[in-house]
Amino acid sequence: MSLTAKDVEEITRLLEDSAFDELHLEINGVKLSVRRGAAAGEPAAALRSAGATQLKAPAATVASAAVAPAPASPDPDAVDISAPLLGTFYRAPKPGAAPFVDIGARVEADTIIGIIEVMKLMNTVRAGVRGTVVQILGRDGVLVEYGETLMRVRPAE
Amino acid sequence: MVQIRRILIANRGEIAVRIIRTCRELGIEAVLAASDADRDSLPARLADRTVCIGPARASESYLKADTVVQAALGVQADAIHPGYGFLSERAVLAQLCEERGLIFIGPTAAQIEAVGDKLRARSVAETAGVPVVPGGPVESSAQAKSLALRIGTPLLVKAVGGGGGRGMKRVDAIEDLQGAMALAAAEAGAAFGDARVYLERFVTHGRHVEVQVLGDGAGGVIHLGERDCSVQRRYQKVVEEAPAPGLADGLRRELHEAAVRFARHLAYRGAGTVEFLVDADAGCFYFLEMNARIQVEHPVTEAVTGIDLVAEQIAIASGAGLRRSQAGVEWRGCAIECRVNAEDPANDFQPSPGTVVAVRWPTGEGIRVDTHIASGARVPPYYDSLLAKVIAHGPSRAQALQRLRRAIADSRVDGVRTNLELHTRVLADPEFQRGGVDTGFLARIVDRAPAAGAAAHG
Repeated sequence: MSLTAKDVEEITRLLEDSAFDELHLEINGVKLSVRRGAAAGEPAAALRSAGATQLKAPAATVASAAVAPAPASPDPDAVDISAPLLGTFYRAPKPGAAPFVDIGARVEADTIIGIIEVMKLMNTVRAGVRGTVVQILGRDGVLVEYGETLMRVRPAE
Repeated sequence: MVQIRRILIANRGEIAVRIIRTCRELGIEAVLAASDADRDSLPARLADRTVCIGPARASESYLKADTVVQAALGVQADAIHPGYGFLSERAVLAQLCEERGLIFIGPTAAQIEAVGDKLRARSVAETAGVPVVPGGPVESSAQAKSLALRIGTPLLVKAVGGGGGRGMKRVDAIEDLQGAMALAAAEAGAAFGDARVYLERFVTHGRHVEVQVLGDGAGGVIHLGERDCSVQRRYQKVVEEAPAPGLADGLRRELHEAAVRFARHLAYRGAGTVEFLVDADAGCFYFLEMNARIQVEHPVTEAVTGIDLVAEQIAIASGAGLRRSQAGVEWRGCAIECRVNAEDPANDFQPSPGTVVAVRWPTGEGIRVDTHIASGARVPPYYDSLLAKVIAHGPSRAQALQRLRRAIADSRVDGVRTNLELHTRVLADPEFQRGGVDTGFLARIVDRAPAAGAAAHG
């Protein structure tokens, strides 16, 4: 048996929905490594023939990304918008709707940039700064921790 | 039976480390729900994953039941272990778990409510045929006075929603009753959101003896013996041991049976502790309260029975029931525990937060240390001051005591003040060495050498 592109897609989705950040799979000499970005980005899948990749213990794997800092921003002047509480982050007011903000959006301090749901209670998150959104780290429908960086904004002059 | 694969631990400190250890042994993933102040703590490093649930203040993190449940759902945990303190005895967390299909590792919300209300617990005890201290509820000052006269002084004014000594006042003369009641009600209202108080006779020479029980939730209850926690200061336990020294076998058996009757009456689920005030001279005892959670001092019971109480909690929560009959519980030797707290003996044992620059915990035959403190650990000012529990087990009480004295002498904590020196004095005290001290013992020791701590620190 071999891995098809569809299998990889399926596995990627499983990882997305799981609490894990990394997955290593070896079948008939084919190794698949799927990893989420440190705190952001889309899961990157790497498919390659058997190499010397070592399997990490699941325990260590899950631990590593928990409170990982946001990756270095391309914009050194940008400031973080952090999650004011733990909950499920939503980028849009309802499923299927356009996101509150996208990269390049101009925001004011009181612009709503997302929603964090705690037990069906919707808490709006505001930018807290005036400027331009340069990076979006919080993923739609995924748990964000208290203090986790949701977006980065280049402050206006 | 449900397979529990991932547990969210809604706690911190040594008990979080303790729960993670058993999760590891059972092959269960442990996710720690930590406050911002505990992101770099030992349990955060040991857990398979840590999620930050809020800022340092417990009211905005460890005490937020909805956030804790959201975190458990978000990391797809099967169950929540509440540890002790914080949300462990708040029915709301158990209730939310029941609503959201999460397993709460503990009793039902209804059971937490039943034992959390001290007056209801008293009436459960009475129904179960367990003796209670003479006393009862009071609604008016006239009623309070007539009840107080009937009970006699000294007596205690206690908070219905209370625990840990808060909202508790001693009254030595009837004319002080009104003032003490007002004070207790105010304290209770602030601490528990429930200003109701009740009166109980103050038993002057009492010992605090508690019985560990396990219930399957269907009426099956076994006990794992008793612990003596009479070495207390301001109702805070400092040294605990199992078994209780010098109890007549008949009295010991009656205590066990009373605890089992109480828990069975509730069809109690999980690990719990029924606390009694024992008048060893008169050979009688009274029900105090039931704690519906794992206790700080559970290791002494584990030492003498060889049973992992956290593992039993998880087994019961998963529906495996009681894995042992009463006849399958055996006791070996004696175990004594010292609670090492970050407290300043020179300043009336006030909490002493800070950074632990260097630490050395004892090792050796029969020694167990439950701690979250390693060199460099921070002791935040927001939480309780417990640094470690040093437990010694031996074939006899004398041997356990000898091992513990050596272990305390080998313990060293630099950077924060501790009560280690107090433990040295307790363990060297002839009265403690004889065994069976009452709850007034520690206060007498502290008063005898009030300047010892001050002198040592200049």
